[in-house]
Amino acid sequence: MTRITVTVDGVPYSDEVEPRMLLVHYLREVVGKVGTVVGCDTSNCGACTVHLDGHSVKSCNMLAVQADGREVTTIEGLATGGELHPMQAAFHENHALQCGYCTPGMIMQAVDLLQHNPNPSEDEIRQGMEGNLCRCTGYHNIVKAVAAAAGSMSSERSDA
Amino acid sequence: MIPAAFDYVAPTSVDEALSALAEAGDDAKVLAGGQSLLPILRMRLNAPEKVVDLGRIEALRGVRDEGDHLAIGAMTPYSDVVDDALVREHAGLLVKAVETVADPQIRHRGTLGGALVHADPAGDVGAPVLALDATLVVVGPGGERTVPAAEFFQDLFETSVADGELLTEIRIPKHTGWGSAYEKFVRVSHQWSIVAVAATVRVEGGSIAEARIGLTNMGSTPLRATAVEQALVGKGAADLADACAAAAEGTNPPSDLNGDADYRRHLAGVLARRAVQKAMEG
Repeated sequence: MTRITVTVDGVPYSDEVEPRMLLVHYLREVVGKVGTVVGCDTSNCGACTVHLDGHSVKSCNMLAVQADGREVTTIEGLATGGELHPMQAAFHENHALQCGYCTPGMIMQAVDLLQHNPNPSEDEIRQGMEGNLCRCTGYHNIVKAVAAAAGSMSSERSDA
Repeated sequence: MIPAAFDYVAPTSVDEALSALAEAGDDAKVLAGGQSLLPILRMRLNAPEKVVDLGRIEALRGVRDEGDHLAIGAMTPYSDVVDDALVREHAGLLVKAVETVADPQIRHRGTLGGALVHADPAGDVGAPVLALDATLVVVGPGGERTVPAAEFFQDLFETSVADGELLTEIRIPKHTGWGSAYEKFVRVSHQWSIVAVAATVRVEGGSIAEARIGLTNMGSTPLRATAVEQALVGKGAADLADACAAAAEGTNPPSDLNGDADYRRHLAGVLARRAVQKAMEG
């Protein structure tokens, strides 16, 4: 067992874990962040996407011990004070999901995309989301939601 | 899927890492970014007794300007390579190839050195590193040695890095002002190359003065298409097809569900022409 200290959604945790434990299992089974889901379990689908020190990663493709001393943000840490993050609101308003299983990862990757490129074209959105698979929607409303969130987040910035 | 149990060490210096490897013998596995190793461990295609994680060795990250070449730390993540101003200016081909690797999440974790040592022939970093005439720095118990890229890749998933050794740095001669392109053929955007061609050219007065061509997944290692490089000298943009048609000469591409060897040979010629054409544009 190895002791790790990880900040998850702003709260520090310190736990003994087996080195072979995947980050996604640590988040779900030890910390209780079940909003982050296991999809394909082969690092293809992106459903398990979280942010590690602010950058999107696939949490099924990392060991929990690799996150020692680092900061993880999950889908559960995006909303502030009961208010949905603009990306969550945009997915809701644009009906960017059907079964919803891919949604946590989609939203986390979309937030990362806008950090690098606040005003992406449709093509850049599709490229930026290439590591996240959705088997229901055909992506149409997901792309729409990301574009809408980009619009609302940039108008928020110009209001500030 | 859960990996088999292993002991884990996360050294903070190259010396500590070498000692950990020496102590573990041949049952240790080096963990770089882990984006290929983790799936292998989870599927239990490999079950090492010890995993040596290089992720805490800060000295292995980042890009330095060394005058006539760039020195890229082996543990520099793909996304940092793509965003780095020095790499963009002096080794554009590497940027073009690395930005096609997998997807953004994988590019945040996966590292240039990790991919080179993994040496998947369908991976996208070998061909540009070979085409750019890189030199690889390998350290081991006996000290440091440098290996030209042309001697680095030995076979399928096999490089000249021996057990107990580490790749620490990738030195890339500056190709300032060269145009470049990476033409990658895939069915699904974030998958491995079925075939890809890395091309970088120096253009003088509208025609090619020098060309470097690397091939991905046209054999058990990345390959240089030297005959094409020579045939391209003096050619203009309208005059590339004949020289590029020979791209598959001397190659031994695999046949699999994505395409048979003949199809790959055909693709290599087409992709070479497209890549050189784009490279001439900048």
